[in-house]
Amino acid sequence: MQFAVEGAPAPATAGRDPLIVLAGVNKFYGSHHVLRDVDLSIERGEVVVLIGPSGSGKSTLCRTINRLESIQSGRITIDRQALPEEGAELARLRSEVGMVFQSFNLFAHMTLLQNVTLGPIKVRGLRRADAEEKAMALLERVGVGGHAHKLPSQISGGQQQRAAIARALAMEPKAMLFDEPTSALDPEMINEVLDVMRGLADSGMTMIVVTHEMGFARSAAHRVVFMDQGSILEDAPPAAFFENPRCERARDFLSKIITH
Amino acid sequence: MSAVLDNLPIYVTGLAWTLLLTLIAGSVSLLAGTLLAAARISPVPLLRAGGALYVHVLRNTPITIVFFFAAFVLPQLGISLSYFTFAVIALSLYYTAFFCEAVRAGINAVSPGQAEAARAIGLGFGQTLCHVILPQALRSVVPPLINVLIALIKSTAVASAFGVAELLSNAEALANAESNAVLWVLGATCLFYLLLTVPAGLLASYLEAKLVFNS
Repeated sequence: MQFAVEGAPAPATAGRDPLIVLAGVNKFYGSHHVLRDVDLSIERGEVVVLIGPSGSGKSTLCRTINRLESIQSGRITIDRQALPEEGAELARLRSEVGMVFQSFNLFAHMTLLQNVTLGPIKVRGLRRADAEEKAMALLERVGVGGHAHKLPSQISGGQQQRAAIARALAMEPKAMLFDEPTSALDPEMINEVLDVMRGLADSGMTMIVVTHEMGFARSAAHRVVFMDQGSILEDAPPAAFFENPRCERARDFLSKIITH
Repeated sequence: MSAVLDNLPIYVTGLAWTLLLTLIAGSVSLLAGTLLAAARISPVPLLRAGGALYVHVLRNTPITIVFFFAAFVLPQLGISLSYFTFAVIALSLYYTAFFCEAVRAGINAVSPGQAEAARAIGLGFGQTLCHVILPQALRSVVPPLINVLIALIKSTAVASAFGVAELLSNAEALANAESNAVLWVLGATCLFYLLLTVPAGLLASYLEAKLVFNS
């Protein structure tokens, strides 16, 4: 039976049980090859930072993990389950992976509290009172508890992004994806969001972070993955990557951003 | 003048029927139009194609022909209903297409990030539409929705040609009886239509001010 071994760990990761595995992933936009044979596996509790020049495919890679982007070939598994094509099963799996967007994407017509309780009530079937209690605790944890009854347009970008993190955490996800979470923020608001993310990393959350914040990559990441033109070129601990990048493209990239 | 004042009850009865036609056909077509808009953006290709076909056929057909179909073709198929019901069916079929397109414009105006965020927390297509997209979409299209409603109010006059005793058909009867005061009779009829359409416009302004949530 060929299918009997489907769920078993691949030999390369024998003895370990990675939470997220991408194997031979390819994606095209028309004839543009945006992801080329990407293999990546992420352990439980690991914080992986994806960096690379714009257009390198790092955001696309992040979005394929909860199938906001479809892929043309390859396999993506979360906790040993393959991502389904569409429908209720995909929705269920998506709810187990939190996503934080560059443009926050808080529901504009809802208060922060309503933003955070919508998923738990509609997807998890929690009672409103329970969902609100949990949501308030999360909003307090990210430091916006005092704004729970405000609309997103009434608070700052940094506060919106922290509330968006609380919304994702309310689903009690197994992993969190961050797609350039601080790129749309004013400089003085970046740290308040990064601090929340550091706290989350310290609490043992599995995280994939697309970012240009090299300070965060150095201090919070377990691994740095460098991408260019749709391929993973380097995959190393932050100290090794920043001190001694092996590939020419990474050296070039780092020399350009570190001088700033 | 006396031709109008002496016959106020006839106007009021006509107005009541027009109002009833508007309320029923308006509710049905707003609801059906919203569902049709959902079909037109759904992930199912067959629903999208069917929705587009419906809109193109109904939107490009003169409403009088839709009335003829409802009043004369349906009975041939063995469906016998009152002319009032046929008028409701014709108006609803026709205006569903227009409400659909107004709602769809609103859906397209909602940032795609809103739907992505909804999908990312595990909401399905219907939940995303009901809880996230439509509440925002409908707010942004209050003026066009009211435009469609006003057009619908005025189209109820077509029902006069099919024996429904609404405002215009009562006014026509009156104009025949009071043939020396036709100008007054028709002028008053216009005023009675304004009694419906002007409040609809005011409702639009009220809703717009009330529902704005963006800074």
